[in-house]
Amino acid sequence: MSQENMNNNIQHYLNDFEQLGDNIKSDWFSEQRQSALSLFKESGFPSSRQENWKYTDTRPIAKKEFLHSSDTSVSISSDQIDAVRFQGLDCYELVFINGIYSIDHSRIQGLPENIVIENMAAALAKDSELLEKHLARYADNKVSPFTALNTAFIQHGTYINVPKNTAIDKPINILYLSKNNDQPFASHPRNLIVMGEQSEATLIESYIGIDDANYFTNAVTEVSLSASAILKHYKIQQESLNAYHIGNLNVMQGKDSRFESNSISLGGSLVRNDIHGHLAAEGASIVMNGLYMTDNKQHIDNHTRVDHLKPNTYSTETYRGVLNGKSRAVFNGKVVVHPQAQKIEAHQNNANLLLSDDAEIDTKPELEIYADDVKCSHGATVGQLDQDMLFYLRSRAIDEETAKSLLTYAFADEVLKDISFAPVKNRLEYLIVGRLPDAALIREFTNE
Amino acid sequence: MLNIQDLHAKVEDKEILKGLNLNIKAGEVHAIMGPNGSGKSTLANVLAGKNGYEVTKGSVEYDGKDLLELAPEERAWAGVFLAFQYPVEIPGVNNVYLLKAAVNAIRKNRGEQELDAVEFLSLVKEKMKLVKMKEDLLNRSVNEGFSGGEKKRNEIFQMAVLEPKLAILDETDSGLDIDALKIVSEGVNSLRNEERSIILVTHYQRLLDYIKPDYVHVLSNGKIIKSGGPELALELEEKGYDWIVETEAA
Repeated sequence: MSQENMNNNIQHYLNDFEQLGDNIKSDWFSEQRQSALSLFKESGFPSSRQENWKYTDTRPIAKKEFLHSSDTSVSISSDQIDAVRFQGLDCYELVFINGIYSIDHSRIQGLPENIVIENMAAALAKDSELLEKHLARYADNKVSPFTALNTAFIQHGTYINVPKNTAIDKPINILYLSKNNDQPFASHPRNLIVMGEQSEATLIESYIGIDDANYFTNAVTEVSLSASAILKHYKIQQESLNAYHIGNLNVMQGKDSRFESNSISLGGSLVRNDIHGHLAAEGASIVMNGLYMTDNKQHIDNHTRVDHLKPNTYSTETYRGVLNGKSRAVFNGKVVVHPQAQKIEAHQNNANLLLSDDAEIDTKPELEIYADDVKCSHGATVGQLDQDMLFYLRSRAIDEETAKSLLTYAFADEVLKDISFAPVKNRLEYLIVGRLPDAALIREFTNE
Repeated sequence: MLNIQDLHAKVEDKEILKGLNLNIKAGEVHAIMGPNGSGKSTLANVLAGKNGYEVTKGSVEYDGKDLLELAPEERAWAGVFLAFQYPVEIPGVNNVYLLKAAVNAIRKNRGEQELDAVEFLSLVKEKMKLVKMKEDLLNRSVNEGFSGGEKKRNEIFQMAVLEPKLAILDETDSGLDIDALKIVSEGVNSLRNEERSIILVTHYQRLLDYIKPDYVHVLSNGKIIKSGGPELALELEEKGYDWIVETEAA
């Protein structure tokens, strides 16, 4: 099959779209979906001949016939869900199984009345001006065919609205759990977070595969921050090693707002995370921390882009990668400073540790600056473990394997150092240790 | 306890040690002095097993074993300790966890019972006093953000906790002000006993005012060219290295 045909192997998506039916009455939404589908139909899946997809070949996704996940009978036991929760974290929680909202497992009791946290399908059924104003306005269907595909299938996902001058008392935890069904399936979670002026919240999105489930997650999250709003966002990607994950996060930021992104990518066979921050008013700032750990034949691609559209805006990005086996990772961090955006600061750093000779990283920090009074820096490093550190530990009676494992852990753990919720930090540290070649050797260093 | 014979070692194809002989008995303190580039640090690193040093000739027997055959950690298990000239900072690795793992790795390899958290803590508390170690440094990452003096103090603190049979102190006096030098020296003196051998590698005689060696050796161009008692260090201080290098060459 030629690449062209491969890219257009999308008929089953079109069929599934017809099956979705039109239980949604609002015209604006039907139009959104229809135009997104047309875009996807026209473009098909991206080709690696496109610059933006140069290092990530999505043909494995295109080749497989993932059917739209609509089976509501799939169940996951409470014990299994407990095992992936953050121990000791008091939070509001929405649970989705194979992309479908599970009312039984979700816990949003006690939510203050002025705050909305609900399934996207419920929000769509109610419809609202706010939803119409924000949904599908930030994630651009034209930029990625995957976003268009997601928009066409908007149904389940999370809708959050935190009104003006309100801070949520607990973090919001969203669990997207996937387990094997009769056939490989696709889910298209869609999240929209609308934060009013001076509001504050913490949101954790977790994507977790149970066993070796075979599926495709195509998630899109849109965030709108009004003036002085603060959102701390965590994305924890632990899909199954047979799974495909494409995730897109788009943030529109108002005056003096602050967005903090922490993206931890550990699972998946083929993964692409896109984050796009729009610093659209003065004083807006974005912080992006990321960690990716790959092994075997995993492929994880992180693309970020920040547009400094106005003066006095700030961005900082720190991504670290640990690569083992024959795995491959991509980092592409783009910062665009627009002509009127004077006195901005943008700093970017990407550091990688290669634990095997067969692992490969493509790292590309990009700065496009069209203003003249700016402070920008960027850097990328690719290396092995520091030999002086290794010798120091070994001279202190630590055997070589443990010392290597410990230094790898310490390298990765740097990304987590500012996480303020102990249950989240503890779980992430536990997961990171679990991904190291000699996890058992250093558990005692981290558990005490 | 330590017998070095005709040791030759190369770093990046450059021969640094050119036939070094040294014999150290249990409980003795030997100072190795010499000008920059004479091979002092190379000797310390070869004994501790650092990568990148190639021994081309000679032997090192330690406690009846061929030391050069052992990996760095095996040397540590066998009681060898190197106090580094430039202790490296290791962000993310906790100082006290490292020390606990080190103590227990050594005990395990000696067939001794590992220490539990309580036993370990009381050991640490006791040893901290020796070098007046500040408690908040314990829970920081290894050497991260420590001042030069704090790093050196941490090395001697580790030595106190690990109780080596052979301690090699590589320029422990460098970068220390006089107060810190006194504290570190007192720490080292309190660790002297009839079973523990110590090698003091130093450029200056100053350290030897505080830690009295049994023997002083002068290292020049990869060989020991003169050995003597503590008085040799004083003579060196007075007349300089050039004097002895020229005298011995003549």
